[in-house]
Amino acid sequence: MKKLMIAASLVLSSSLAQAALNVVACEPEWAALTQELAGDKARIYSATTALQDVHHIQARPSLIAAVRNADLLACTGAELEIGWLPVLQRQSGNAKVQTGQPGYFEAAAYVRKLEIPTRLDRADGDVHAAGNPHIQTDPRNIALVADALAKRLAQIDPPNAAYYTARQADFAARWKTAMARWEKDAAPLRGTPIAVQHKAFPYLEDWLGLKQVATLEPKPGVEPSSAYLAEVLTRLQQTPAKLIIRAAYNDARSSDWLAERAKIPVVVLPFTVGGNAQAKDLFALFDDTIARLLKATK
Amino acid sequence: MFIRKTLALAVLGLSFTPLAAQAADNADLQQIRKDIEQLRQSYEARIRELEARLAQTDSKAAAAQQSAASTAEKLATTPATPPNLPSANAFNPEISLVLSGTYANLSKDPGSWKMSNFVPSGDEIGPGKRSFSLGESELGLRSNIDQYFYGQATLAISGENEIGVEEAFVQTTALPKGLQAKAGRFFSGIGYMNSQHAHTWDFVDAPLANQAFLGGQYSQDGAQLKWVAPLSTFLELGMDVGAGERFPGNTRNKNGAGSTALFAHTGGDIGTSQSWQVGASWLRAAPRERSYDTTDLAGSEVSNSFSGRSQLYVIDGVWKWAPNGNAERINLKLQGEYFRRRETGELAYDTAAQNLSDSYRSAQAGWYMQSVFQFMPRWRVGARFDQLDSGTVDYASNGDFLANTGYKPKRSSLMLDWSPSEFSRIRLQYAKDQAREGVKDDQFFLQYQMSLGAHGAHSY
Repeated sequence: MKKLMIAASLVLSSSLAQAALNVVACEPEWAALTQELAGDKARIYSATTALQDVHHIQARPSLIAAVRNADLLACTGAELEIGWLPVLQRQSGNAKVQTGQPGYFEAAAYVRKLEIPTRLDRADGDVHAAGNPHIQTDPRNIALVADALAKRLAQIDPPNAAYYTARQADFAARWKTAMARWEKDAAPLRGTPIAVQHKAFPYLEDWLGLKQVATLEPKPGVEPSSAYLAEVLTRLQQTPAKLIIRAAYNDARSSDWLAERAKIPVVVLPFTVGGNAQAKDLFALFDDTIARLLKATK
Repeated sequence: MFIRKTLALAVLGLSFTPLAAQAADNADLQQIRKDIEQLRQSYEARIRELEARLAQTDSKAAAAQQSAASTAEKLATTPATPPNLPSANAFNPEISLVLSGTYANLSKDPGSWKMSNFVPSGDEIGPGKRSFSLGESELGLRSNIDQYFYGQATLAISGENEIGVEEAFVQTTALPKGLQAKAGRFFSGIGYMNSQHAHTWDFVDAPLANQAFLGGQYSQDGAQLKWVAPLSTFLELGMDVGAGERFPGNTRNKNGAGSTALFAHTGGDIGTSQSWQVGASWLRAAPRERSYDTTDLAGSEVSNSFSGRSQLYVIDGVWKWAPNGNAERINLKLQGEYFRRRETGELAYDTAAQNLSDSYRSAQAGWYMQSVFQFMPRWRVGARFDQLDSGTVDYASNGDFLANTGYKPKRSSLMLDWSPSEFSRIRLQYAKDQAREGVKDDQFFLQYQMSLGAHGAHSY
């Protein structure tokens, strides 16, 4: 019993006695971005991994515990996490990270969203009223979010405000250089017709000028049946695509089936940080994304 | 360019208005100002609209021209402006509606359904009606009330055209230190399944144990306090108190809390693929003249009533598995709960006629174990086993009329469900129900459950 008490108090003190800011990121890209901006001033926990579908996450006990201790919740918003985040906010009993508080940060609020539906009907599948939430595939969005996130970090942790501002300035400069490099490297991709598994890449398409000619999912979030895939195949014979793109978390079957018959390659993009061994941070994420696209179009 | 020129003229006009004002009277002046303001607003709106259209077409343009690409970048790096929300309706709470219906084929008359050796636990138990029946239509409304409170109401409209308040509570969102308080009517935090809405259950009906000990689902009219510990492992402690008017309690004309519940839950992950939660709970109710109908040893229909103390202990556990934590393709869920109830007090036999009162003491238990496996997207299979243990019941001198036969009610269920989308589900279930001593009831159910409107997030 005594041992148990000591163990319990150790766990308690280790989780209480740290001065660093506790940040829970809903997605790995915001965990990585917080890492860039906050360095060792923050303890960062990513609620999801690149191999999970962030639309469908269980509000697991471990996540409630993480949100309970968070000073900042850095999420995408735009209803991406609507199936689980409200439960975490409500069950964690953490007043700091409720919607409307400075401790709740929504990245999608700071970028121009694409694919805002002109009508809302569940018959159209899993549509997001606020627009497509997969904003992290365009580095210009990352730059905008970085600026907002740095300001938010400074707001909730004023003693380190100057530190965050300085790191943001440094990050912004490095990001700008990297973006120029990516855009130069990716210039040959402009106009490339592509097919995508899920409508997860409109921002990437917008940035690189890729032309999406087909979607494997009949409706967003709905797994394609074999009959529907056959239809997509017919369509691809009329309007050929050069490659099929899917995210690391997507199941391989549909895209592999189609790729084999349409005789085009499948490109598995990391989609976010950690989506493959190369995409270790935000810079590597885009390095790898562009490298893979270029390789497939050669 | 036409627009810019017109706008320039409008601005020019605006700057000349003081001259015109000398000649015109005040009313005219205001009219002119208003007109110009309207003109300005309309042109600004048109410019905005054109810019938005430009934004939509810019990706095509970008493909053709490098200069257009730079425009696209300029637009993409412009922060979004908040949308113009139309009216006060934007503050309406989230509304959701769950529709469900069942076709039941029961080999035995559901009118005779009971759990042998267990005190009947209210109206919400049993397999329901034969043939087609409309299930409960659950209308849910929820919203933040202000920066301090969240509110939620779930109204259940039964197939018999009755509206019941399933839940209606307010909950704090701004208490410090992981504390949360709730007041109103809400499902008690005891056990695992009790606090979940019926439409999130994996089977058509509640486990026998939940039916025997909680009347299906136990809700409090009262208040709840919950605390989540500041640990890296999830630990939640909670207490709810209430009037205790529902089984195992009953309506009693007394001050104070008629029912108290304590519960604790802890849980975590094992790697990225597995997660778990276990809990222990205690529920105390103090029924006064809780009456029930039964058949005595002589075979006559009698009404008895119980006054005393009812205590229930619950242990619950759930374990979930999905490869890499991605439940999209396949996933597995295993859950079980064990209940043990002790009741001590007075039992009055045949309250309508003889009304013989003597001491009463019972210790009974029950458990269920179920597993649901999603073997491919949209499709799941599940199996559940229910077992009740009639334990010991001491009727004292009323043992001349009433007896516990020792029979242990049980049931085995299998289900298969198909979810065309995350908002719809169609379920087929078979149960071999042996809740009644000496009776085997083959039960087939075909059920649909659909959810419309805002889809609230589900808890673990």
